[in-house]
Amino acid sequence: MRKRLLSVAINGCAREDAVADDRLLLDYLREDLGLTGTKRGCDGGECGACTVLVDGAPALACITLALRCEGRRVETIEGVAHDGRMSRLQRAFHEQLGTQCGFCTPGMIMAAEALLRRDPAPTDDAVREALSGNLCRCTGYVKILESVQAAAAADVDEQSCGSSATRCTCAGEERDEAR
Amino acid sequence: MKRDDWVERRQHAIGVRQPLVDGVEKVTGRARYTADLRTAGALVGAILRSPVAHGEIRRIDTSRARAIEGVRAVITGDDCDVPYGVIPIAQNEFPLARERVRYCGEPIAAVAADDVATARAALEAIDVDIGPLPAYFDPASAQAVGALPLHANKPGNVERAVDHVFGDFAGGMARADLVREAHFHYAEVTHAMMEPNAALAEYDAERDRLTLHSVTQVPYYVHLALARCLRMDASRIRVVKPFVGGGFGHRTETLNFEIVAALLARAAGGTVALQLTREECFLTHRGRPETDVRIAIGLTKEGRITAVDCDVVQRGGAYAGYGLVTILYAGALLHAIYAVPACRYHGLRVYTNTPPNGAMRGHGSVDVRHAFEALLDTMADELRLDAFAVRRANLLDVPHRTVNDLQVNSYGLAECLDRVEQASGWRERHRTLGRGRGLGMACSHYASGAAKPVHWTGEPHAVVNLKLDFDGAVSVLTGAADIGQGSSTLLAQTVAEVLGVGLERIRIVANDSAVTPKDNGSYSSRVSFMVGNAAIRAAEALKRVLCEAAARRLAVAREAIVCEGETYRVAGGERSLGFAETVAAALEGNGTVTVKGTWSTPPETQGGTFKGAAVGSSAGFSYSAQVVEVSVDEDTGEVKVERVWVAHDCGRAINPLAVEGQVQGSVWMGMGQALGEETQYHDGLPLRANLLDYRIPSIVESPPIETYIVEAADPNGPFGAKEAGEGSLAGFLPALTNAIADAIGVRMTELPVSADRLREAIAARRRAERVRDAVREASTARTA
Repeated sequence: MRKRLLSVAINGCAREDAVADDRLLLDYLREDLGLTGTKRGCDGGECGACTVLVDGAPALACITLALRCEGRRVETIEGVAHDGRMSRLQRAFHEQLGTQCGFCTPGMIMAAEALLRRDPAPTDDAVREALSGNLCRCTGYVKILESVQAAAAADVDEQSCGSSATRCTCAGEERDEAR
Repeated sequence: MKRDDWVERRQHAIGVRQPLVDGVEKVTGRARYTADLRTAGALVGAILRSPVAHGEIRRIDTSRARAIEGVRAVITGDDCDVPYGVIPIAQNEFPLARERVRYCGEPIAAVAADDVATARAALEAIDVDIGPLPAYFDPASAQAVGALPLHANKPGNVERAVDHVFGDFAGGMARADLVREAHFHYAEVTHAMMEPNAALAEYDAERDRLTLHSVTQVPYYVHLALARCLRMDASRIRVVKPFVGGGFGHRTETLNFEIVAALLARAAGGTVALQLTREECFLTHRGRPETDVRIAIGLTKEGRITAVDCDVVQRGGAYAGYGLVTILYAGALLHAIYAVPACRYHGLRVYTNTPPNGAMRGHGSVDVRHAFEALLDTMADELRLDAFAVRRANLLDVPHRTVNDLQVNSYGLAECLDRVEQASGWRERHRTLGRGRGLGMACSHYASGAAKPVHWTGEPHAVVNLKLDFDGAVSVLTGAADIGQGSSTLLAQTVAEVLGVGLERIRIVANDSAVTPKDNGSYSSRVSFMVGNAAIRAAEALKRVLCEAAARRLAVAREAIVCEGETYRVAGGERSLGFAETVAAALEGNGTVTVKGTWSTPPETQGGTFKGAAVGSSAGFSYSAQVVEVSVDEDTGEVKVERVWVAHDCGRAINPLAVEGQVQGSVWMGMGQALGEETQYHDGLPLRANLLDYRIPSIVESPPIETYIVEAADPNGPFGAKEAGEGSLAGFLPALTNAIADAIGVRMTELPVSADRLREAIAARRRAERVRDAVREASTARTA
């Protein structure tokens, strides 16, 4: 398989990698970069566990070619914490038990992150719509809904979400990237 | 501060809403599941599966596959001639099929290769010649005269027949004022846990040692199966469970891929990562069987149960697995929820050429509970009794010994009923919501672990080790598998509570057979109850060590020391030691402190002496009542669950946050089964082996679930606690169909209540109404 040079910002960190034409974004993240927080839960586009943000919009990494992210900003679950402190969504999912087995959680949080950036005070129905492609088998979604609403209610200034920057999770110098 | 003051003011570690001790890893993406483990240099494993549902393997030629560059191992059924299975008396499955294949998708060969593409190429290069045999996809054809037995020792393909009669059955039925009978059909459902199956097997050829990381709920079973199938001494094997993304029973049995990964690693002399696709997870299955239930109940006109008569037929799939336990559970748990003075149960578990069934949340009890509660509701209507009243007429007085020898020592069902009746506004709202909208209710229960373990070794049911060292940290060593239910958190809370120390002092070390004590695993809701009790005893042992050390250091009698959390004080005085000083005193002359706590179920809770009596027996039963509100669109057959009120008696909520999560998850999983989930096969070929066609509910159709915790403390439970993770599932199904009956007057007897089934039932009722009206008109005309 032919490889090309991919220039992409992963969690605020600019990278250039030789990537095969058929390399999925999910495999690029998990296997090439070791970012295993993004999960594979199905055989392609069924479950939402691999949800990442590409230029701020949710995307399923298991049906996205890595090379389609040329020149784009990709954010994963590893990139939303700030100086080792959880984002407000991460904190809410932890404290409100929005996570049980945790396997759907990274994708769930990334989908919710995209929602809260465009709609900081969503209705329950808006949350349901935004998370409709993310399956969870543990919670019955009750505490997931509560977690997203708790995060929305948290002080926006206190946390990074939507207001400051993504932190680089790659080795080397940490860089901020303004949104 | 006096001791009493401390007791009053202390911060408790139990009874508080405790986020998971491993929650930060989960929300930050740092949690490592099996497929996330670093696999540099690992070979890729892949499995070749049977394309036919039943056939004779005439020949498997792997020579072309072996010749491909980058292929490191190819194995077939010839590489393992030892059968395995979760029940020691019913081991009839091979990791790779030998001589015969019995279901579509059964593993027949496996490869280990340098990369995915090479592994796939190798699978395609394996030549298989399978001669077709007649295949049976339902219990009736499998049992038909002349049907070929799937297993030579089971003529007629009956895996297990159960015939139980308890109490004065004939007398009970004769005493009834009303006897009614109903038939129900339940589709097969499956676990669909979010993490697909994966195993990482590392074989050290120099030392003949094997390490397996896997997604299991019971690492101990996997350890036993590996030793058995690989003919290795168990001491050369290490089994580690990393983070696991749900189980729901799928991972209670050792699964074929776990053994296949180990066989491949040994054949290749290296490390093999075997990751199944979602489709392969559906094929591995072990879900709740397709089930037919015929049930008859005798009631007095006051609504008291006089006798129950129940026939259950389960389509068990191709191998034994848990089958005999499932069919016994279905009968056993007709009891221990209401006073049933007499009962006849006939259960039939039948082999078919479909993927093997197994344990699934609410194991064995769910479909039968629906049948029971649905018929009870119908009969209450006929007797003009309220649904709550008929349940209340049959409550147990505890302690209670059921006619099938189950011991019930605590019972919060009455309070569960009160809570949901009140919260749902039942008295004001039932029968008043207007056409298309309805309320229904039902009850359910479940065991807090099987009182007799599968492997009866004479060991305690649960063991917890604690280690305390110079750093003052308390390490809890446990083999209990946290699969997302929060068992590690519960154990940390339990130890912290007994010692009176902060949770931050506790570390959980779990599921590494090289380090942690053997545990019977996470199934039938045993961990909170059994491992919780062992943890209490371990922590009490550690507390004794610390009190003795403090007494030595302070030169007083042991009895003079009172433990006030992290302070050890001379009673009635001011002299005391802090935690660090007490730990130092304990280590002086002894070094690292290690203690152990064990627990076993009391003999009186281990069931009776009849054949099959162990199944269903438990040291404590949970209870649940729920009300479901639905709206039904009679034109489309679509059912919307508007709201659920559920009350669950978990004895004592050690972690109320986790109890709520478990109860909500159970109710919701019941909703999935009740409204839409079902597997489907065409000539044994799965048609819905993905998460789009096997449709678990999304957040869009998931209702608010108002959750109430009832605490009827159990004398045997840790701090009184009982199970919380299964008992509320079964109640949803009948509460839903009862609500549909309230909404539109149609009683559904075939589940799931998919829109097409409900439309059909509505159409049938309309046809019947038209016929009735026509007959009435005609007779009126004649009379006129």
